[in-house]
Amino acid sequence: MAKQLPPTPLLDQLETGPWPSFVTGLKRLAKDKDYVVDVLGHLEHSYKTRKGYWKGGTVGVIGYGGGVIPRFTEIKDEKGEAVFKDAAEFHTIRIMPPPGMHYDTATLRQFCDVWEKYGSGLIALHGQSGDIMLQGCTTENVQKAWDEINQMGFDMGGAGPAVRTSMSCVGAARCEQSCYDEAKAHQKVINQFLDDIHRPALPYKFKFKFSGCGNDCMNSIQRSDMAVIGTWRDNMSTDDALGKKWFAKHGMNELVNDVVAMCPTRALQIKDAKDVRKDAHVGAVAINDTQCLEIDNKDCVRCMHCLNVMTGALGPGKDKGATILVGGKSHLKIGALMGTVLVPFMSLKTDEDYEQLVELAQTIIDFFAENALEHERTGEMIERIGLANFLEGIGLDIDANMVNNPRMNPYVRTDGWDDEVAKINAKKAAA
Amino acid sequence: MAQPQMRKPVEYFLDNKKYLHPKFAANYGNWKTHDRPRPGVLHHVSNTGDQVWTVRAGTQRQMDVYTIRKLCDIADKFAEGFVRFTIRSNIEYMVSDESKVAPLITELEKNGFPVGGTGNSVSMVAHTQGWLHCDIPGTDASGVVKAMMDELYDEFKHEQMPNRVRLSTSCCEINCGGQADIAVVIQHTKPPKINHDLVANVCERPAVVARCPVAAIRPALVNGKPTLEVDEKKCICCGACYPPCPPMQINDPEHSKLAIWVGGKNSNARSKPTFHKMVASGLPNNAPRWPEVNAVVKNILMTYKADARPWERMADWIDRIGWPRYFEKTGLPFTNNMIDDWRGGRYNLNASAHVRF
Repeated sequence: MAKQLPPTPLLDQLETGPWPSFVTGLKRLAKDKDYVVDVLGHLEHSYKTRKGYWKGGTVGVIGYGGGVIPRFTEIKDEKGEAVFKDAAEFHTIRIMPPPGMHYDTATLRQFCDVWEKYGSGLIALHGQSGDIMLQGCTTENVQKAWDEINQMGFDMGGAGPAVRTSMSCVGAARCEQSCYDEAKAHQKVINQFLDDIHRPALPYKFKFKFSGCGNDCMNSIQRSDMAVIGTWRDNMSTDDALGKKWFAKHGMNELVNDVVAMCPTRALQIKDAKDVRKDAHVGAVAINDTQCLEIDNKDCVRCMHCLNVMTGALGPGKDKGATILVGGKSHLKIGALMGTVLVPFMSLKTDEDYEQLVELAQTIIDFFAENALEHERTGEMIERIGLANFLEGIGLDIDANMVNNPRMNPYVRTDGWDDEVAKINAKKAAA
Repeated sequence: MAQPQMRKPVEYFLDNKKYLHPKFAANYGNWKTHDRPRPGVLHHVSNTGDQVWTVRAGTQRQMDVYTIRKLCDIADKFAEGFVRFTIRSNIEYMVSDESKVAPLITELEKNGFPVGGTGNSVSMVAHTQGWLHCDIPGTDASGVVKAMMDELYDEFKHEQMPNRVRLSTSCCEINCGGQADIAVVIQHTKPPKINHDLVANVCERPAVVARCPVAAIRPALVNGKPTLEVDEKKCICCGACYPPCPPMQINDPEHSKLAIWVGGKNSNARSKPTFHKMVASGLPNNAPRWPEVNAVVKNILMTYKADARPWERMADWIDRIGWPRYFEKTGLPFTNNMIDDWRGGRYNLNASAHVRF
């Protein structure tokens, strides 16, 4: 039995309504833990005064320079003593989840046991970077909790100017749209950078995210410095039986309005089967015995819309891999940036392919570590120095897939034009 | 004093093989198609004909161990001992037999976990830590989310939207909750209040000066002490100086407001990915249930639900009807603050004679 919970009239109002309540969960923990009684008191004080009262500090575990998020209370009485003294320290431990966030129940129960023993008993599944967030621990218990978790086979996530915890989608484990082994790429890349995760020494944070297709379920284009988004470069696959089944259920109006008219590059047309073009890059899926949906795969940008609508009837091709984008980030400091294309297509089939992905990641991180200013993200660095200079720095060729359109202003020195053209032509000839 | 335990950490990022449902392991990379027999349930079929049903349920994200153990009990008794989590903190149970789906749903709902969040539903809100744990929060994301999901409970459980709807909330302008169809983000409206007695001891002043996006911070001397001052005419109240310099308090119970943004989309489907745009601000930080925020979010959602065509995400819908009609239909005022004047802002002006009447 824990000490008496003081009244929490504001938080109590978050126990009403049908959605699961984190307050109810905290109150249940508070029955046994003085620690959580004071966490609730602390939080109620925030609700009353509409302000936060945690400050950072320095708490860590032996061997690592990051991964623990220290929190010390700032609610003090006139003598400078913590008002909620059992919750004077409320640190979080960030743990990297398995790729795809798959678990067996035994593992989740083990996490619960460790955190009930050493921490508050509150776990967020998951943080916005993907971490298992073990929330609420005293300085004294951080190392003890960590030792047990590490012995479970889990490792700590990133914090500060470091490579951060990464995320990958459910992908090949359950999704027909998966274009590479997301979990394998995720694991290989992260294992390459464990030192950069655990000992923050980069100019600023660096995030990887892995999505198996252009639906980008991991939000990699907006949230990661290096996004690996699955794609394919041959024709999309088609299944006539499933095409006919889809059409029988949905009909011509939906096919026209929801599929053909919504293709962003007008790559789809409805044709009589006999009129489908005979080019190698033109595919078709039957919708009935006489008509087809014709797909011009040269015009298709792999946006995923028609595959989402006609799942199974249309699918990714066989020559699979990923498009690599760099520079995604949120607002601070120059405004939000999308990732932009760095490698239009990287094949991801063999072990060597995956090694190549890891090598590219290493090259980018090395360049970032050398050239970014303090507190500058990769996207900001590229904006400052220009994509062409970044490409030269990491030794990648330019590609017209990297731009929406060529330059719209004349403010560039072009006195190296002829040499550049000669180089490109020589490369073309050699290819 | 006792010597600290000197255990060297085992640095290794694990693979997920032992955590995969056996059907996932057996059909890895070999799935053919899927359908949704009902909201909250996915039915996947592999190229070998194997089938797996996934039941998705909402959680509160910040979970006590009792809740997690209850979810595990349900997995062991009514599913097959394996679960996974989505990026929006929904839990997924996998079963290899269709007959297990209905009892699993009944058990989840009996224990207060709504089944849904698939397809064209409003899924759980991606959110941040807030007052519970963050060191710089303007509000409590968990509370905003709980209040919002109570209101949107039926939309989570049904697939009645034109396309999927993704929401986020963020407790400061850093926007950790991320881009979304509708995002609720703190928007400060007053410059930081500086405690000049503390700045010199707490803050690395040049780093703080460098952090300001509009160069409004400069070194100063107040009462003989080195400190920082803010040019309040230049200040955009973004709060970027607050994390590296806590004595520059940006959070204010009255003047830290909530803003609503719409039309963010990370998927490449149809249009290219988009960032969300500001459509409302100045909403009060009205804990514990933020009714003013909820009213605006629901209004936008219901307008979208009534007016968008099938498969149009929020951004696609607005792209078709145009912003003037968006503001007309939602009844939200279009204000001077919505005209972008940040760098590159001119690209957000209408450089054409394309005007809808």
